[in-house]
Amino acid sequence: MNRLLPLGLILLVAVYPFIFDSNFAINFGILVLFFALIGQSWNIAGGFAGQLSFGHAAFFGIGAYCSTILQLRFGVNPWLGLPASVAGGALAGALIALLSFRAGLRGSYFALITLAFAEAFRIIANSLAITGGGVGLLIPMQRSAANFQFPSRIGFYYVIAALAVLSIAVALWLKRSRFGARLAAIRENEDAARALGIDTFREKVKVMALSGGMCAAGGTFYAQYYLYIDPAVAFGVDKSVEMLLVTMIGGAGTVYGPLIGSLLLTLVGEVTRNLTEAQGLSLIIYGCLLVVIIGFLPNGLVELFRMRRRRRA
Amino acid sequence: MDATILGAAAINGLLLGGSYALVAVGLTLIYGVLHIINFAHGSLLMLAMYGVYFLLTKANVDPYAALPLMVAAMFAGGYLLYRAVIGRFSHGKDENILLITLGLAIVLENIALFFFTGDTQTITVSYSYEMVALGPALVPLPKLVSFLASLVLCGALALFIARTDAGKAIRAVAKERHGARLVGIDVDKMLAVAYGIGIACLGAAACLLMPSFYVTPTVGHLFVIVAFTIVVLGGMGSFVGALLGALIIGLTESLAGLFLGEALGQIGIPLVFILILLFRPTGLFGAGK
Repeated sequence: MNRLLPLGLILLVAVYPFIFDSNFAINFGILVLFFALIGQSWNIAGGFAGQLSFGHAAFFGIGAYCSTILQLRFGVNPWLGLPASVAGGALAGALIALLSFRAGLRGSYFALITLAFAEAFRIIANSLAITGGGVGLLIPMQRSAANFQFPSRIGFYYVIAALAVLSIAVALWLKRSRFGARLAAIRENEDAARALGIDTFREKVKVMALSGGMCAAGGTFYAQYYLYIDPAVAFGVDKSVEMLLVTMIGGAGTVYGPLIGSLLLTLVGEVTRNLTEAQGLSLIIYGCLLVVIIGFLPNGLVELFRMRRRRRA
Repeated sequence: MDATILGAAAINGLLLGGSYALVAVGLTLIYGVLHIINFAHGSLLMLAMYGVYFLLTKANVDPYAALPLMVAAMFAGGYLLYRAVIGRFSHGKDENILLITLGLAIVLENIALFFFTGDTQTITVSYSYEMVALGPALVPLPKLVSFLASLVLCGALALFIARTDAGKAIRAVAKERHGARLVGIDVDKMLAVAYGIGIACLGAAACLLMPSFYVTPTVGHLFVIVAFTIVVLGGMGSFVGALLGALIIGLTESLAGLFLGEALGQIGIPLVFILILLFRPTGLFGAGK
């Protein structure tokens, strides 16, 4: 069963646009996979390694700006911009981790400093000429696959599907690898992990680099899909919170948690949008879900599936 | 740089810091007693600011006259919030409490967005635009009032904590929970009271801020990082630290704006925050670990 799950998932994701081929359905699929990707990037650090971040928008924004600036100012093709963004996000992740963990910050303090870094990046992006300041950057429309601007949404769908599946593969690998086991040890008890001979500092820097790189890929995708970014969208608190929410609600530290959380939250978002024109209802529900899940279901919605399976066994 | 401009910026910065002081003192009290990081602080302030706004626009209550009412209402709100949600879920790690208060912040902010829309609201009272000459600076009267009242209220709160039986009980709970329980203090109640007092500070802060500020559902974001910076700078849990930290941060914000320009000047606060956390996480007046 467990071995078939990834294959079934890939199949489902691959045939989805053939079954539901309306623009609405494709866009829905893109949103689900997009939040699954950036949620998974948060999950790698926040769930697997227990390093809670309130500022993952820092990496998302770096990804979005990196490829866009390369493209607009230096004429670099966004397909090449994507790996550059990933490298930029990984570098930022490693640097923030290096500074914060060298200073011995843990738990809530680490969460707060990541928030401050994202805010600092937002202000920098808001005041430099190269980032377009508060106005943001508009990518000129030149629809072609070679340009990472697909003429139809299906192209975007398969790109984000590939990235999301890849992120799940990374999570699956973490579950099985020694690196993942060391991260779990750090999450459960950092002092004990160190006593066992794990270089906790190095592992934490490595996982933040991995997480930052993955998140930045989401940033590049976002910029290419919407063709517009500004400091508030790229580095704002909202993005950091959305990544945290899909993961915490789906199940932090689990492989499929971010995907399940993303599916649920995107569904709730679409339903509430049809119910009312007033903004905010979906986030009221997300916030309540977060509180309830932390109170009663610390492993997220994934736990519900597990409980059922256990009961059957 | 002209000394007059510099002096004016410094005075404005100190006044700004004064209005931050109450917000930060509430946050540091909650941290010092409950050892939790109250991420919902900014959105509770936002709620109080809407309270002041509606009291004036719907019931014609002057913001300063509304102060006792807002303090009482926010105290009750904070007390109940702790009893009903935060205390009940606070079994376990401090990260969980951080996440729960984050969840509360999301809920409160979006309730405000849902009912009050995202429009910026301001109030106008007869003294809104009155100016007072203060050395080289011409400052709006509401800002001066806010500064002075905020210092007085912080002092009153410090006296309350230092001198009254309730204050003594709160300090006992902060220092040694089990010991406090052994001598007959109702620990859970005192924790809720301390949280309520921390939130009551926001009620007062909202009354003092509104005549010279605006409110939107996301206005709390502005204050969250500022308040955390002040509290970390002054040392988590330190009253005097929060007060001095507020003045330093107000000055930093004003001077950074002067030297770096309006847009880039905002970086002063997150930068101070990052540097303090990296190099002196116990803050200027913190006891250390």
